[in-house]
Formats: sequence, C-alpha cells, structure tokens
Amino acid sequence: MAVIINDVSSRTYSRLGQGGSMFGMGLFDAIEAVGNTYVLTADMGKPAGMGRFKTRCPEFFVNVGIAEQNLIGMAAGIASEGHPVVASAQAVFISMRSFEQVRQYLGYMKLPVVTVGVSAGFGLTFFGNTHYAIEDIALMRTIPGMTILSPSDAGQAAKAIVAALKSKSPVYIRCTGGLNAPVLYKSDYEFVIGKAIEIKPGADVAIFTTGTVTANALEAAHTLEEKGISVAVIDVHTIKPLDTACIDRYAGHKLLVSVEEHSVIGGLGGAISEHLVEQANHPRLLRLGVKDHFLKPGDYPYLIKQSRLDAASIEEDILSALN
Amino acid sequence: MSALASFALKTRRRVLELGLLAGKNGAHLGSGMSIVDILTVLYGGVLAVSKEKLNTPERDRFILSKGHAAVALYAVLEQKGFLSEQETSTFECNGTNYFAHAHRDLSRGIEFSGGSLSLGLSFGVGVALSCKRAGLNNRIVVLVGDGECDEGLVWESAMAAKNFLLSNLTIIVDCNGLQSDGKKSEIMNHFSIADKFRAFGFEVSEIDGHQHDAIETALRIRHESRPTAIIASTVKGKGVSFMENNPDWHHGILTQILFDKAMSELEGTA
Repeated sequence: MAVIINDVSSRTYSRLGQGGSMFGMGLFDAIEAVGNTYVLTADMGKPAGMGRFKTRCPEFFVNVGIAEQNLIGMAAGIASEGHPVVASAQAVFISMRSFEQVRQYLGYMKLPVVTVGVSAGFGLTFFGNTHYAIEDIALMRTIPGMTILSPSDAGQAAKAIVAALKSKSPVYIRCTGGLNAPVLYKSDYEFVIGKAIEIKPGADVAIFTTGTVTANALEAAHTLEEKGISVAVIDVHTIKPLDTACIDRYAGHKLLVSVEEHSVIGGLGGAISEHLVEQANHPRLLRLGVKDHFLKPGDYPYLIKQSRLDAASIEEDILSALN
Repeated sequence: MSALASFALKTRRRVLELGLLAGKNGAHLGSGMSIVDILTVLYGGVLAVSKEKLNTPERDRFILSKGHAAVALYAVLEQKGFLSEQETSTFECNGTNYFAHAHRDLSRGIEFSGGSLSLGLSFGVGVALSCKRAGLNNRIVVLVGDGECDEGLVWESAMAAKNFLLSNLTIIVDCNGLQSDGKKSEIMNHFSIADKFRAFGFEVSEIDGHQHDAIETALRIRHESRPTAIIASTVKGKGVSFMENNPDWHHGILTQILFDKAMSELEGTA
C-alpha cells in the first residue's frame, strides 16, 4: 500500500495535519517498504500524532524524555546498527539544540536518520519566539549530505516520510501548518525528492514556494492572473538538493519570487539566490519570508500577516516589485 | 612481565613514536597515556572483538567518547592487527584517516567518530538499546574522560541508560584529574563522580585505572538490570615522568630529545 492522494484522503490528511499524516498514516506505508522502523521522540509523541505507532509497535517506540541532544545521539546509535530510524521533536529544538549532533552523526558519520521537526515556522503561535523555527532550513542546509523536505500540505507530508525512509540517507523534514490546513493536491501525483512541482503554469512571474504558505502563494497568483499578470507557482518541497534545473526553466520570466515561512536569510530564497548569482544575466529574485527580526507573538494568521506571507501581502509585494 | 604488561608497554612505546611522527602538529600524549592500561585490558581479552569478525552483530562495541585519546587506540588496534603499521604511521600526515580523533571505520575496528565530547556516550546508549532489543548478548563499553563529564549530554545519556535498563552498557570514566586548563578540582570540581553515577542508578566500582587485575575484575561485573560505571583513577601522561600530571601534555609536541628521554624511561620499566 502506498500513500494515495484523492479527494477523500486529502481531506483526511488535512484533518490530521502534517505530523499526524506522517506518524499516523504515511509511516505505516513506509514500514511496509523498509521494514521495522524505530521511532524516537523527545517527549513530543502525543502532539506529533505517534499514538497509533506506539500502540502498534511498542518495541520500536522510544521516548527519550525532554532531551533533544540525546534524541539524536541515540537515534544515530540505533541507525548504526542497521535499523531505519525516525527521530522527532519540535523543529526549533531539533534544529538548534541538537544542531551539532545532527551535523556530527548524520552529516559527518552519514548515519541515515530521518529527523522530523514538528511545529516549524510559526506553528507554536502564542508560545513566542523561543518556539518559532524560522532558521531551521538555513542551519540544516549547511550540513553536507542532508536532504531537506518541506511538505506543502499534509498529504505530501505522508508521501515525504515514505520517500525519506526509502532514501536511506540523512533527512530533515520540516512540518508547517496546523490541523485543517489547506489542501493543495486532491489527486495523486508522484513525489520525488529533489523534483519541484509546477502547480500552476504562468508566463510573467514564477513563484517558488515551500510549506503551508504555498496555498497563500497560489491564491495570490490567481488574483494576479485576474489583473492580467500570468504567474507560475512551483512547489519546492525539497530545499536540498535544490531542483536548479527547474529554476533555470523560469529564467526568462520577468520576476522570480520565493515564498517561505522562514527567515529570508538562508532558506529557500537564500538557496535560489546562491544558485542565481553565479550565472551571468540572472533574473531578479524577490525574497518573501520572515524579515531579520523577532516578532510580537500572536495567532497563526496574525504572524503570517505580520510577515507579509498572506495572499494579499504576497500579491501587493509582487505588484510593487513589477512597477 | 605479564602478557598484559608487555602489551601496555608496547602500546606506550608506539604512542610515543606516533607523537614523534606528529612532530610540530603535536599530539594528545597525556590523554593517550592515561588510558593505555584500560585499553590493554579491554583489548587483551575482555572485549569479544577479533580481526576475523569485525562487522558481526554479536561483537562487543568499544566507543572512545574522549576521542582526543585516539593515539592510544591506534597503537592498540595496530597491535591487534586491525590497523597496519603503515596506516598508523600516517598519523597526523596531511590527508590521513588517522588524526587526533578517530574516524568510524568498521573494517578497522573503529566504532565511532570521536572529537566532540559527550557524543560517544549518547551514541553508545542508542547502540546498547538497539542491541538489547535485538536480543544480542554483547556488551557496549564507552570510555569517557572526567573532564568530558562537564558536558550536559553525558547526563542526558546516563539518565537514559538507566531508564532503558541497559545492563549491556559499561561506562568507564578515565579520571586523570586534569583538563585542558589545569586541575579538574580547580576548574569544575565534580567532588565525587562515583556518587553522581550512583545517583543516576548505575552499578559503580572505583578502581586504580592502571592496575590490570583491578580493571579486569571491574569489567567482569555485569548487573542484571543496571548499567555499569567504572570510575578509573588514572595519571595523565602515565609512564613518562615529565608528562605525568602535567596539563601541558594534554596536547604537546614531542621533540627527538624528549622522545629519547621518554623512551628510556619506558625501557626502564621493562
């Protein structure tokens, strides 16, 4: 059995959120493909939706307590014994508290642990800046050999965990959006690590987007279309390795745009910039994301709007860049 | 001289030779000498490892968490035939696989890429849990330094080792009482490291880390439900008078004159 997206399943996944779709659904499909898999958590099993796994596979479930550094160390030790391993914690802590562990065990020692950062971006709303993960892509990108996946909807998160475990290499999956986040894919498609997906064609502007805010980028594209501007939207679910061939196909567009629930420093926009600047006559890139500052806390729509990542702000910023 | 004493002597000589080869790059000679006797007993018969069965699941795992003492591990692995003399002789040469911190290479009997303190213990706890759940009857031995125990991750790992009842795990603490800047007791005093491991639920023994019989006896202890900690009191730089208890030899440069002096002292013990 594989993760199949259709009108019904896409709504089920959306209700479960990215974490729930991964740990409650996709993981079991992955296990059919790769065999018994260890799942480790740092006291975040419940919010990540691991209840079903814990009940079904107690001998492969490990809760290390509130200890993210040891989470990655133990995951690495288990991976070194040849087992598929998923290690999960809040994105902010797995990417920062245990950054050196990820670099050493997964990067330097090449141990194929799949790390899952839940509540990335602004997922933890009123918990405040200590709990926002808007630097995780930037950090993980610097580690040689790391694959970074950033699903754009919950169904894609289920596909991502399967692909990640099958890859038998170190992976970081960042989960954004809460429960009932917008559905982008209502019919099935092939999810291939490193292959971006054009979800809307367009001739003037190309928006490269990742994570839950992809829905906002798509909405902005449709509104711009009504104003006579043809906008392509590309779901960059894999930040590393970046699909540079795909980006190059849009090099003739008037404007390229990146949209991400992440700092404008070092994330998707950073990765695309690094690719573009080495080319002569490269197109202009408008980087939309979280500016270089901390925010006043609020609910999810508030934080998205403050960061100008809602559809209306994306539309405005693209219009002003074109004028 | 006993077989183990002879093994230890040869190891110390080779550590000095590798230190001389490293030249002005320097080497962690004090740290290496500190663990020679522990490694001697481990590889002299306690650990179930052999050149013929380097990558079998049943093998015992030795993880050098205080990775900077790798010079002693190289010397021991060479004596065991896991590494060739040619290989260890590239110690700290440009592009070598054998530098200050060992790099995981199961084909050479090296289980872990050391270097960042405390990461070996956390890794070892994962290995021990995996081996236990796989029903293996092997043991996982992790060697940490007393200075290394300043790191928080050591205690996250220790807590987990007891929580998961990892009776297949043994932590040896090489207590030489010195760290890079000086005396342990003056920089970050642990008072009793044994009490700390007892409080974390370990079966603890305290021994002289240079007495081969005592090391072997301690290593034979295996509690049915607790992990084991062996607090080994050692002398940094053991065997060479000018290195002993001298923090400057944590990482030092061995000139030919100093090498000759050190070797003659070791010969004298033969």
